[in-house]
Amino acid sequence: MTIDLTQVRGLFFEESFENLDIMESSLLDLEIETFDEELINNIFRAAHSIKGGAGIFQLDDIVTFAHNAETLLDEIREKKHTISQTLIDLLLGVGDILRMMLLASKDEVTYDAEKVQICQNELQRILAKPVSEEIPDDIVQTEIEVPDETEKLVVKKWHIEFKPELEILKTGNDPINLFGELQELGELEVEVNVDEIPNFVDIDPQLCYLTWELILHTSATQSDIEEIFEWVIDECELDITEFNSDSSKNIKVNTENQERTEIVENTTPEIENLPDIPAPENITEKPIIKDVANKHIQSNTDSIRVGIDKIDNLINIVGELVITQSMLDQIGENFNSSDICQLQDGLAQLERNTRELQENIMRIRMLPISFSFNRFPRLVHDLSTQLGKKVELVLSGENTELDKTVLEKMSDPLVHLVRNSLDHGIELPEQRKQASKPEVGRLHLNAFHQGGSVVIQITDDGAGFDTEKIRNKAVQKGWITSEEVITEEQLHEFIFQPGFSTSEEVSDLSGRGVGMDVVRRNIRDLGGSIEVKSTVGEGSRFTIRLPLTLAILDGQLVRVGKEIFVLPLLSIIESLRVQNSLVNSFTGAVEIYKLRDDYIPILRLYKIFELEDTITKLEQGLLVIAEGDGQKIGLFVDELLSQQQIVIKNLENNYKKVQGVSGATILGTGNVALILDVTGLIQLFKNKTKSPTHLPLGAIRYE
Amino acid sequence: MNSDINGDTANKYLTFILATEEYAIDILRVQEIKGWSKVTQIPNTPSYICGVINLRGTIVPIVDLRLRFNLDFQTYGSMTVVVVVNVISSNNKERIMGVVVDGVSDVYDVTETEIKPPPDFGSVISTEFVKGLTTVSDKMVIVLDIDKLLNSDELAIIDGLS
Amino acid sequence: MTHKILICDDSVSIRQMLVLTLSDTKYDVTESKDGMQALELAKQNVFDLIITDVNMPLLDGLSLVTKLRVLPNYRFKPILLLTTETDPQKKKQAKAAGATGWIIKPFDPDKLLVAIRKVLR
Repeated sequence: MTIDLTQVRGLFFEESFENLDIMESSLLDLEIETFDEELINNIFRAAHSIKGGAGIFQLDDIVTFAHNAETLLDEIREKKHTISQTLIDLLLGVGDILRMMLLASKDEVTYDAEKVQICQNELQRILAKPVSEEIPDDIVQTEIEVPDETEKLVVKKWHIEFKPELEILKTGNDPINLFGELQELGELEVEVNVDEIPNFVDIDPQLCYLTWELILHTSATQSDIEEIFEWVIDECELDITEFNSDSSKNIKVNTENQERTEIVENTTPEIENLPDIPAPENITEKPIIKDVANKHIQSNTDSIRVGIDKIDNLINIVGELVITQSMLDQIGENFNSSDICQLQDGLAQLERNTRELQENIMRIRMLPISFSFNRFPRLVHDLSTQLGKKVELVLSGENTELDKTVLEKMSDPLVHLVRNSLDHGIELPEQRKQASKPEVGRLHLNAFHQGGSVVIQITDDGAGFDTEKIRNKAVQKGWITSEEVITEEQLHEFIFQPGFSTSEEVSDLSGRGVGMDVVRRNIRDLGGSIEVKSTVGEGSRFTIRLPLTLAILDGQLVRVGKEIFVLPLLSIIESLRVQNSLVNSFTGAVEIYKLRDDYIPILRLYKIFELEDTITKLEQGLLVIAEGDGQKIGLFVDELLSQQQIVIKNLENNYKKVQGVSGATILGTGNVALILDVTGLIQLFKNKTKSPTHLPLGAIRYE
Repeated sequence: MNSDINGDTANKYLTFILATEEYAIDILRVQEIKGWSKVTQIPNTPSYICGVINLRGTIVPIVDLRLRFNLDFQTYGSMTVVVVVNVISSNNKERIMGVVVDGVSDVYDVTETEIKPPPDFGSVISTEFVKGLTTVSDKMVIVLDIDKLLNSDELAIIDGLS
Repeated sequence: MTHKILICDDSVSIRQMLVLTLSDTKYDVTESKDGMQALELAKQNVFDLIITDVNMPLLDGLSLVTKLRVLPNYRFKPILLLTTETDPQKKKQAKAAGATGWIIKPFDPDKLLVAIRKVLR
């Protein structure tokens, strides 16, 4: 029998990586010198499952390695080892090696065998009972012995005495089934011995009082016969003897007596079948080869695991949608004006269904942020060891869901921020003691929903930013003059500038060529923002705001001339009528609006987009105060239209990225409207005005 | 596709008119031909990019070939024709674009051997976008390389920018 | 009569493998992901054969067998353990708990079918 393993293969890798995650998090939860049975069992099971699965796909190297690990874990379960940091680190290393091997197998590439060997040696050194170098025989499929044709043809006569224990039926074994199996091997004669049956009144129907004597004519070997009794061997008396057993076991056919040759003839039908036996075993190789060929197609499809409840919800909603549709159909069939109320009801229902459907479909793409957070315990563990720092990592809000794409793209920036906090934020234990802070630093990763966005905060109780250093750097880079007085917040902003790094020497951890500017850019590309608050001596907090999803946006429609644009609602602070007295010109190039204590540059959208037939007098239109990347700008539009949820379509599919525009959407009229990107607009504005002098910070600060 | 006497396979080409000249493009690249519909302008783009339209849920950019070839602008109206084509860019990405032409003319069978390399002058457009010249019923037809044309300059895909 | 088989393994890929192997057979297969779930399912239905993994969360395979054997419906029903262990000691434990037999992982589809045929005729 052959089955297609391709599908299972993908599943196996997915599952194995999950198991490795479980293994890792359980290891990190283990406490030294305490025996937490549940955690240890979790770890054991994870390694065990990987070994079992790897066996199916004949990944023998993984099986061997996992087997060693499993043996150690088994010994730990039996309390032969105490939990020490060394042991935990070794097992974390084992997890890494397994991951490396699995990844390599998945992608059909080679891995660093030396690493495996080093870890393997380490494992063997620590093991209480030595494990043989060989692949454990329990996992390797026994080689198919190519049967010696001549021997197979020899039909022997076997005498089998089978006396099961009384209790045999209670394990679900039925002698009749065993005999059925024997019959498959050849001609079987059965004789029942009923001598042991007690008097009727004493009979317990649950017990087996019978014993059997069997004669089997077969070409099968003794071990073939024994295999049938494998499961009951300890619950019976079994005696298998060969008739004429005086002749040696390896007798060749040609030397045999007449009796045997006769039997060969009598049982030809069965014998013909025999050479087929090994055939299926050979065939099982095939799906695996095919699997390799299909693998690339498999690994390229990005998949998402969706809970059944989410799917069920969708099915329910679609069901309702169908009902609504048929209801509307009915109304439409013989419509007369008295049905108008019904029609309105139907349309309202349709709208509700559509909205629900949309919300639920969006939900499918949502994953809890724990997918991303889960890697941090390990990262923090490794880094703090490396840096000689003591850090307690606190995770909260792990169940906060966000879009899969956002989640994936946030992964690297988050790692960078955590590395930064450990490297630059949290101090060495002595320094902390001197500052009369607890020796163990605290790093808090928190996620929560706020309005239409997801907020992620990375908070440390470290040293905070060294404002003096930042200032010096900014002066050195020529961003400010040494006399310039700027606020602390403005100083903090500098860390997001390209080329900024206060580290005197590039450390192994943070100086990897990705700076905070890249972090900010990545976040901004996702339509999010990042800001930082830091107090010297008390710590820093990075706050990242991200849209829930990349596919839908709450938009404010605005009109400029004949064109309609969409502004993300999140970027709008307020809209107002312009009072001419508050408008000032700045160096002749930029108009500044004084809004309470703020000076806000005015960007006339019609100018930047070169539109005609628009309102040009400020007091006749509206000023939409929007914020992009921490900067405020007043967008001058003709009028505000409605607010609505819009589906984001990208321009890049068929065209390319356009500065100041983050995408497009299709309006109810079928026309296309561009979605404005406030940050991009500010940049565009800067390029267009090409102000010769440098503008005051706080008004507009350009990158 | 038909085979002529030489055994050379003929491809079908759609031709269209721009000012006084007739241009041909591989018909297999033509997705549909439609009338003019309102475009949404894209800011800060060259004048030959009219903007984008909604083609059954897809945002499709529209290029005015007259302007692309520096011919006089002709106002759009009910007679304006948009040819929607599939363009394959250098990185093998397929894009859908619309081109505005004066009118669609005909469909011809042209074999590869009938397409002669263009001289370096005599056309309003750079020969870079021209696959060659051919003659159909005594008329000269300019065969365009649509991929080169719609992947040049402002229309080029900048790798890594997404 | 279609035989009803309950399979129990915490590993999705092993479950999938079992289901695929049994998919073209006359058996009616029900899946469960841990011992607890298997026990609940076994109480709600009557299965002709139960095939279970040993190492599982919530309720391990051996405990599952012990718990099943006290249920009237499963006193004599075949229960096979899926195990990677060839250790005779583990086999003894399995028998002591009341298992009918065992299938060594990784199993090839034919061996699994042979093993099932041994108990379901």
